Amino acid sequence: MTAYIIRRLLYAVPILIGVNLFTFVLFFVLNSPDEMARMHLGEKRVTEEAIVNWKREHGYDKPLLFNDSASGLARFTETIFFERSVRLFAFDFGSSDDGRDIGYDIAQRMWPSLAIAVPVLLVGLAVNISLALFIVLFRATYVDLGSVVVLVAMMSISGLFYIIGGQFLLSKLFHLVPISGYDTGIHAWKFLILPVIVGVIGGIGAGTRWYRTLFLEEVSKDYVRTARAKGLGERRVLFRHVLGNAMIPILTGVVVVLPLLFMGSLITESFFGIPGLGSYTIDAINNQDFAIVRAMVFLGAVLYILGLILTDISYTLVDPRVRLQ
Amino acid sequence: MPLMPVVLWTDALVFLLIALAVGFALYARGHEHLRAPWRWVVRSRVGVMTLVVLAFYVLVGLLDTVHFRLRLPQQQPGAPAQFSPEVLSLLDVLLRSLREGQEKTYSAPFATHLFVKEAMTQPGGSVARDFPRLLHGGSHLQDLDRRGLDILLRSLRGAAQGLLAWGLLGLGLVWLLARHQARSMSEIGALIRQGRTQIPWRAALITLLVMLALSFAAGNLALDYHILGTDKVGEDVFYQALKSIRTGLVIGTLTTLVMLPAAIILGIMAGYFRGWVDDVIQYLYTTLNSIPGVLLIAAAILMLQVYMSNNADRFESLVERADLRLLFLCLILGVTSWTGLCRLLRGDALKLRESDYVQAAAALGVGHFAIIGRHILPNVLHIVMITLVLDFSGLVLAEAVLSYVNIGVDPTMNSWGNMINSSRLEMAREPVVWWSLAAAFLFMFTLVLMANLFADVVRDAFDPRLRGAR
Repeated sequence: MTAYIIRRLLYAVPILIGVNLFTFVLFFVLNSPDEMARMHLGEKRVTEEAIVNWKREHGYDKPLLFNDSASGLARFTETIFFERSVRLFAFDFGSSDDGRDIGYDIAQRMWPSLAIAVPVLLVGLAVNISLALFIVLFRATYVDLGSVVVLVAMMSISGLFYIIGGQFLLSKLFHLVPISGYDTGIHAWKFLILPVIVGVIGGIGAGTRWYRTLFLEEVSKDYVRTARAKGLGERRVLFRHVLGNAMIPILTGVVVVLPLLFMGSLITESFFGIPGLGSYTIDAINNQDFAIVRAMVFLGAVLYILGLILTDISYTLVDPRVRLQ
Repeated sequence: MPLMPVVLWTDALVFLLIALAVGFALYARGHEHLRAPWRWVVRSRVGVMTLVVLAFYVLVGLLDTVHFRLRLPQQQPGAPAQFSPEVLSLLDVLLRSLREGQEKTYSAPFATHLFVKEAMTQPGGSVARDFPRLLHGGSHLQDLDRRGLDILLRSLRGAAQGLLAWGLLGLGLVWLLARHQARSMSEIGALIRQGRTQIPWRAALITLLVMLALSFAAGNLALDYHILGTDKVGEDVFYQALKSIRTGLVIGTLTTLVMLPAAIILGIMAGYFRGWVDDVIQYLYTTLNSIPGVLLIAAAILMLQVYMSNNADRFESLVERADLRLLFLCLILGVTSWTGLCRLLRGDALKLRESDYVQAAAALGVGHFAIIGRHILPNVLHIVMITLVLDFSGLVLAEAVLSYVNIGVDPTMNSWGNMINSSRLEMAREPVVWWSLAAAFLFMFTLVLMANLFADVVRDAFDPRLRGAR
């Protein structure tokens, strides 16, 4: 097991190097730092001097890959590639284009993101699974057919409409909760309710539908017939046997997204003014702060790979038939 | 020539897509394993009903894809022809009254007056603040109390025209069927009425009737009213929503089209050759897959913006610039989504290369590329088709979200995402300006719902295992 995990972690290294090279090419080779500076300073009538100044202030004034003017190892370390890309491997994100420490910002903004993402995941899971079990209980009736139609309709509505509709109904019409904003500590709850409700409702369509197919597949298996044959009631069959066996795909589906919860949700956070990592990224995109976007791309890739490894491990934990070598 | 055709990049790709679809249809006719699922699709009631609605969307999208520039009136005889710099589409010409019926600012659906008060000089010379009459919306009305009646009469007239058009189309269909099956027309008509035809024509015709009546009624009303109101700069919202159809369809289909070559070639190569080729290709798609999609799109669009603002003089017109951005968005969305298809194709190619007929072909000395082209590619085509249909609705929804984050289509381009984006501020107004949002919702929801239902039918058709489970 330990050997397997270590090997998986080693496999992750070339992938992260690939991600890193890819972002480097995207951000520095396709567009030179000069062009970036020109864009930031306002496109027309920018003097050479201003560009050189901007690059020096933001640490983009070194050569890309190889520094001729330095000597020894510094030929490779005194470059944009080393300072901006290689350092990411040590989770040293450097400073953003307006001079703030990205690592510090990420550590601060992680918590509001989690405060929304975790409840949405847990409540959503509970709601979706209960609804799906309820529908499966009435399978092949008009209840089933009607629910599937409603689920497909809910799936076809863009998430933006859920957010706008939720804000309009709960905040503007009924004045139940504030439209947007955030507070520190325990007072944050009233700002969190609305995004969590919207997130859960927005996910019902696709989620419940997925679990329904999952349960239906299980219901048609032999062990269910055996359970019925020995005289178990329908509810006991569903909740004890089917739910238990369906836990494997459910669990692994959840584990793979766990690490990505840290990243937060781009749209929800910026709509509700929650200072999490999602709105951090959106702000960076809108302000064209490339340093932050690059850091988030790298972080996202790391978390994604972590999720895959966790999934594999959780397989062995819930299903003794799976052996990792 | 009175006009000069303009072929934008996405236009050319749409035409290519149509050519491919026609070519594929001809190919599938001769291959039972591709033909049977489609036969199943058109024999399902949901299948034909969604197809009819989708056909309306596709028609509007295609009309909006034929672009040209009109010739300007000649200044003096014998002068070389001058063309207007404005790029128009067939749809723009059809909807001329909507496009030119510009108001000053917001007005509600079917309104006769502007939504905001303005200072107006009264006949007596005094100045009062009141809602001014609209320049176009309902301007034909002498007596404002008759507005309700007028709307009702116009919708009825439109519905009647729709009924007439439907009757003609239905007659044509019955005639064709009668000729094809060598039966009398009344016999066919009775079969359709009782719903006893193999293809559920009755369901298709009922959907067609509803759609035709609605379109004709809307068309009739739109001549003299802003049926979905006007936006901040006074543009007709109905017109914007119709123009957005093309954007949605282009993103939904071209994204899959542009990623197809890479996904097919790499996927089949990885599965067929295995060894180091497989390793390299797997490494490639795992790496791309591990970058969060939205961030990759954001990064790429940011880079495009830098490029475009530094090379602004390379683009002849705003339309061209917006079009290139749309194409680029399709490309980058394709980069984030080809990995799934590639993995599926790799898995299938792995299985197929072990099959007896491929082994036999290899033993007979057939070359690798001949085997791939002759034996493997035709047997994975159904996966490609299912992906094309299944991905569509997700891509249409993604466009809206991306446009909201400002990394979607060009802000000057009509799209549902841009409409939703601008309506955020409108929802905060008092009283609320709701019609832009409602229009985007209505058009987008219908398209995505139909695409989802259609995709379900297609998936069931290609996967017989699922047919019973529904």
